[in-house]
Amino acid sequence: MTTSRDEVERVFRAEHGRILASLVRALGDLDRAEDALADAWAAAIERWPRDGIPERPGAWITTAARRRAVDRIRRERRERPSPAEPRGEEEIAMIERRLDGEVEDDRLRLIFTCCHPSLALEARVALTLRMLGGLRTPEIARAFLVPEATLAQRLVRAKAKVREAGIPFEVPAGALLAERLPGVLTVLYLVFNEGYAATAGEALVRRELCDEAIRLARIVADLLPGEDEAKGLLALMLLTDARREARVDEDGVPVRLEDQDRGRWDRARIAEGLRILDGLVRRPGPFALQAIVAAVHARAERWGETDWPTVVAAYEALIERHASPVVRLNHAAAIAERDGPAAALPLVDALVAEGDLAEYPYLHAARADLLRRVGREEDALVAYDRALARVGNDAERRFLERRRGRSV
Amino acid sequence: MKYLLLIHADEKLDEAMTEAEMGEIVGEYMKVAEELEADGRLVASERLRPAATATTLRERDGELLVTDGPFAETKEQLGGFYIVDVADLDAAIAVARRFPSVRYGSVEVRPIWEMSEDGGG
Repeated sequence: MTTSRDEVERVFRAEHGRILASLVRALGDLDRAEDALADAWAAAIERWPRDGIPERPGAWITTAARRRAVDRIRRERRERPSPAEPRGEEEIAMIERRLDGEVEDDRLRLIFTCCHPSLALEARVALTLRMLGGLRTPEIARAFLVPEATLAQRLVRAKAKVREAGIPFEVPAGALLAERLPGVLTVLYLVFNEGYAATAGEALVRRELCDEAIRLARIVADLLPGEDEAKGLLALMLLTDARREARVDEDGVPVRLEDQDRGRWDRARIAEGLRILDGLVRRPGPFALQAIVAAVHARAERWGETDWPTVVAAYEALIERHASPVVRLNHAAAIAERDGPAAALPLVDALVAEGDLAEYPYLHAARADLLRRVGREEDALVAYDRALARVGNDAERRFLERRRGRSV
Repeated sequence: MKYLLLIHADEKLDEAMTEAEMGEIVGEYMKVAEELEADGRLVASERLRPAATATTLRERDGELLVTDGPFAETKEQLGGFYIVDVADLDAAIAVARRFPSVRYGSVEVRPIWEMSEDGGG
């Protein structure tokens, strides 16, 4: 019986976060947990191709990792007896008891550890993907376009900080949960966006980032059922990811929402996203508001049937909370659809005058579109050229050249 | 775990305060310290005299340099410290956030390198 490396890899990806999280709880240390799991995988890679994949591969790995964790602790003690840690058989028995159980919220605890605010944001992202997603260092490095050595160093430092600063493996209780949750959701959204919006990097790795972000958001939403924003984020990811296949053409050039073939949207994802969104009871937070916008698009069979008043209202609620220039730009675009381009132009002109988005090509492109629609073609072409001068890659360039509609 | 909580604030703000305002703030610190002491979490705590009273030593090329003032001139100065023994970083943060200097200065939370630990990393 043969087992391909791919199948072992698939099991690894599916089981990694769950098994590692329970090891972290029992061992109280990220490195020890990773070492034990790595030992177990090494054994699997050796044996499974020979003996076949066990019926319950996750349970096999869990058992192997637990045995190896205890072996390691015993060996360390023999080699380096420490008077400060007189861990005798009694303590090993305690660790074994902890290893035996698997608590439902182990992964949730680990998410809060990896997303602790005392870690730098980029460290939180890397640690979350490494610990919970089981992504390997080279994959994370490729996804974020940083050298492998840099990413490896970032992970080593982050793990050292968790250990040395005493960052807990706990889901914060009470008021602290409300304080910490937005930060966790932001990390997950960052992972998702990196996978969805980035036009650079390998398609396969980006796909995995989105799947992983959705998987983690699902864990948070399921285990914190009272938190509507967690559900809002999950709905937002599902409704956005549903458009993945339609958002770029065969050449990898982005396709605008209005031009997308809606028949290629993933109906199962949309149905799930809408169902989650319909279940929200509290006043929507920032992620739920963005999900409401995504839901409006998902419900419209054609661009012409979009419910613009709802989109405008959602953006206005977002602006009320935090008037970021990008949200205001999206709001202006929705105003253009609801009230016409002449109503939106002053809003976009104000953003240009403020200068925060001066280097953002889509601000100039949005202004160019509006100028063309009000018949100021000469000004529109100047604005398209401003946008084109600021693009980051070839796909964006071709996208904007198409919109400009003339050879540059 | 033990943590050192460093209380930083602009001394000029202290100087500008009325006696009543200062009394209120000192009272806030004392209240936290009393609670910590009551359940055994407080290892030590002291208020420091202003940075102008500091003396800094450096030995370079075998020569001892003694200078007036703190090791670095900064907008905020170290004004006091607490050492607490608590479960983890979140427990230390829960204490640190109650100090008044969080509102107008800052509190730095530093884990203490316990001498019984091996190399630490």
